[in-house]
Amino acid sequence: MSEHITPIRTYLLIFFALMILTVVTVAVAMVDLGALNDVVAMGIAIFKASLVVLFFMHVKKSRLMTKITVVASAFWLLILFGLTLSDYVTRGFL
Amino acid sequence: MSELANNFGRRLHYLNADYGVKSWLLTRDHKRIALLYLASISLFFALGGLMAVGIRLELATPGADLVQPDTYNRLFTMHGVLMIFLFLIPSIPATLGNFLIPLMIGAKDLAFPKVNLASWYVYNIAGLFTLWAVAQGGVDTGWTFYTPYSTTYSNSYVVATALGVFTVGFSSIMTAVNFIVTIHRMRAPGLTWFRLPLFVWAHYATSLVIILGTPVVAVTILMVAAERILRIGIFDPALGGDPVLFQHLFWFYSHPAVYIMILPSMGVISELITAFTRKRIFGYKFIAFASVSIAVLGFLVWGHHMFLSSQSVYAGAVFSVLSMLVAVPSAIKVFNWTATLYKGSVSWDTPMLYALGFIGLFTIGGLTGVMLATLGIDIHVHDTYFVVAHFHYVMVGGAIMGYLGGLHFWWPKITGRLYPVFWSKFSAIVIFVGFNLTFFPQFLLGYLGMPRRYHVYPADFQVLNVMSSAGATILGVGYLIPLFYFFWSMRYGERADRNPWGAIGLEWMTGSPPPTHNFHEPPTVDWDAYAYLPDTPGGTGEAWDAAKPTSEAPEHG
Amino acid sequence: MAEIHAPGLAHHFDSYQQQKEAAFFGMWVFLATEVLFFGGLFCAYLVYRSANPEAFAAGSRELDIVLGAINTAVLIGSSLTMALAVHAAQVGKRKMIAAWMGATILLGGTFLGIKVVEYSHKIHEGHFPGPNFVWHGPEVNVEMFFNVYFLMTGLHALHMIIGIGIMLVLIPLAWKGRFTPESHNYVEGFGLYWHFVDIVWIFLFPLLYLLDVG
Ligand code: HEM
Ligand SMILES: [Cu+2]
Repeated sequence: MSEHITPIRTYLLIFFALMILTVVTVAVAMVDLGALNDVVAMGIAIFKASLVVLFFMHVKKSRLMTKITVVASAFWLLILFGLTLSDYVTRGFL
Repeated sequence: MSELANNFGRRLHYLNADYGVKSWLLTRDHKRIALLYLASISLFFALGGLMAVGIRLELATPGADLVQPDTYNRLFTMHGVLMIFLFLIPSIPATLGNFLIPLMIGAKDLAFPKVNLASWYVYNIAGLFTLWAVAQGGVDTGWTFYTPYSTTYSNSYVVATALGVFTVGFSSIMTAVNFIVTIHRMRAPGLTWFRLPLFVWAHYATSLVIILGTPVVAVTILMVAAERILRIGIFDPALGGDPVLFQHLFWFYSHPAVYIMILPSMGVISELITAFTRKRIFGYKFIAFASVSIAVLGFLVWGHHMFLSSQSVYAGAVFSVLSMLVAVPSAIKVFNWTATLYKGSVSWDTPMLYALGFIGLFTIGGLTGVMLATLGIDIHVHDTYFVVAHFHYVMVGGAIMGYLGGLHFWWPKITGRLYPVFWSKFSAIVIFVGFNLTFFPQFLLGYLGMPRRYHVYPADFQVLNVMSSAGATILGVGYLIPLFYFFWSMRYGERADRNPWGAIGLEWMTGSPPPTHNFHEPPTVDWDAYAYLPDTPGGTGEAWDAAKPTSEAPEHG
Repeated sequence: MAEIHAPGLAHHFDSYQQQKEAAFFGMWVFLATEVLFFGGLFCAYLVYRSANPEAFAAGSRELDIVLGAINTAVLIGSSLTMALAVHAAQVGKRKMIAAWMGATILLGGTFLGIKVVEYSHKIHEGHFPGPNFVWHGPEVNVEMFFNVYFLMTGLHALHMIIGIGIMLVLIPLAWKGRFTPESHNYVEGFGLYWHFVDIVWIFLFPLLYLLDVG
């Protein structure tokens, strides 16, 4: 793995993108979209988190194992949420 | 020359490279840290064993003859907490894993030696928290800390114990991170993934479970402590909380935790079976992948502990089916071990006795697990002695058998000494007999309806309970014998040579005990794991051994 | 075999490259455990919010969106300065490492300061969970929202305090020139940790502050 030095310009760009997205989240929250509000808020949060992971944390230029580790931890989080909710969501079915 | 020999002309190794308390307490050598762990976990094993003695004494009679109900609750809780969190979970990884993984992959040490040492200190701090709780009077919630009893009603030392469990989690995580990075980054040239000993694969899978599961129980325990200290109601239904959520979070870790206990043991068994049959293991890749799939599938089944909570029946049905799926990779391993035995030249050395014991007892434990995972059956036997028997078959008959088998196999490597053959075989048999006498009657008791966690029972159950208590006595004696001869062997045992079993593996290429940096020449690997070829002349471990350049310094200067 | 004594290279590694890869991979594996650590809390959030939607909305309305948004910006800013500290390490500007980390501490401290203001407001209004919790509205179980709020933000803040503590150790080392372009794993590894803490907040902000604003 040769040393990749991310140029400062990229960091600044990502920073501004994150700032704008923060403003967007707050703005969208002001509009009542019903259940969609949560979807949009989480969508933006996931996007912001991905920017941080890919650029600030250099995952875009990292080894495959690092990428796998990131994906695996997200996946395990989904196992935790998914199977727990599988109980709560299906309780009313009976 | 100081690299190879000490002042007395003896071969220099990790044990005599340095003397004094400080050289142990500040060591970064994974082999010494493994021994430090061995001492610590043995202490907690003994303490947990004492609690078990109390339990079995009380249960020898139907009435409450020995202890008060409250004391009894504390006894079985402390027994569970000490045995699971402070003994079984660290047992094989922290001792044999720590000692052997760098040796088996041809590395000088683990990737993060300081973290390794720190993990031992963290472990001991956790042990102190727990001992503090014991000294104050113990806990009575059961090792599962079910809420709201643990958070609101229990009058025992829940927070101190919780702190212990929380802290010991950090020590496991440190070890697991170390193992994963070491196995990925520090293998000797030529040692590809599919040339790794299965012991290493098993520890890799175990470490995955530890890093992905332990943090969840840590934060859950933290919530329990917060609830108790701040008198809030995260899990207390009276204050709007949900106790079933606690169970979900707890079992998300604690089911996988049973694989933390059994996987390393399975890794040991794979090593023992091949070494004592002189055969290449049957289905190497299947066993390797079975370890990883057990680790992954193990995260999808936790709801089988909650069939009788208010969990939805649909979730229950899904968890039931998924639980049966985990049995598949476990069964693959058992079949592959037995297939390896077939037509092997089996030698009945002590470690092999433990390995064979493991296979039989784990099979019983695993199959009764499948019975319990069947929703319709579990409704009847949940929280009975049937469950108690099930998990002791896997944890004591499985995990501890593997631990002892491994200790006996690598003891000559660790100490450079041999232990007495007769006594070691004798104690292995005593343990096997005592174990079955203790726990088989518990299957019957549970099936007949004796609930767990009570100090009294109807007089009808006494015969089986007395059998169990008698068996426990035998088992206890069986565990004491190795303690004596292991200590004895350290001083008086015959010296072991480099490869006393004629086994194949990097750890047998270096001296017994190994030098501080493990190998004098960094090894290169050009053979598959367990390259025993019994049909070809020169295919034995001894011949393999002779053909390899020794990477050991000259014996005895 | 002759031992090569390279500064900052531990004996059991063959090369800087191996040491560096091990350090980063170890950090990532550790961060995976951190994800699951916060994951337990997020799971509790999910379950309790779906059980008490009105209470969570009501609790959320009590929080100060302006302060929350400012803090989000401050934390993102601190991620930028941290990234610049890592950059300085990669190009070997030792004083700049220290300076950018100092800036990161300032921003992190600002975040914590604002958090203290928020906490004291809530405590003052009787919204700290416990026997003294008060709620006058019609919603039931608003206390659960504050349980979750204080636990999540509290653990997040604890992570920041630990982070600031580590930087206080790293800055003098950086100043003394301990970190070279070849060997600065502590700086870069710590950077990963700090960005992770930022990410947690990126999720906490909408989940706690922005329910039912519209
Ligand atoms: C072969 C796969 C296995 C299956 C399908 C299985 C299934 C089960 C089920 C369904 C229960 C819940 C019984 C109840 O409370 O009603 C249970 C309990 C338990 N099992 Fe297993 N098991 C398996 C393997 C293991 C292994 C390998 C271990 C440990 C090394 C283990 C340790 C335990 C423990 C400790 C409990 C009791 C927990 C408690 O309530 O205190 N199991 N098992
Ligand atoms: Cu289970």
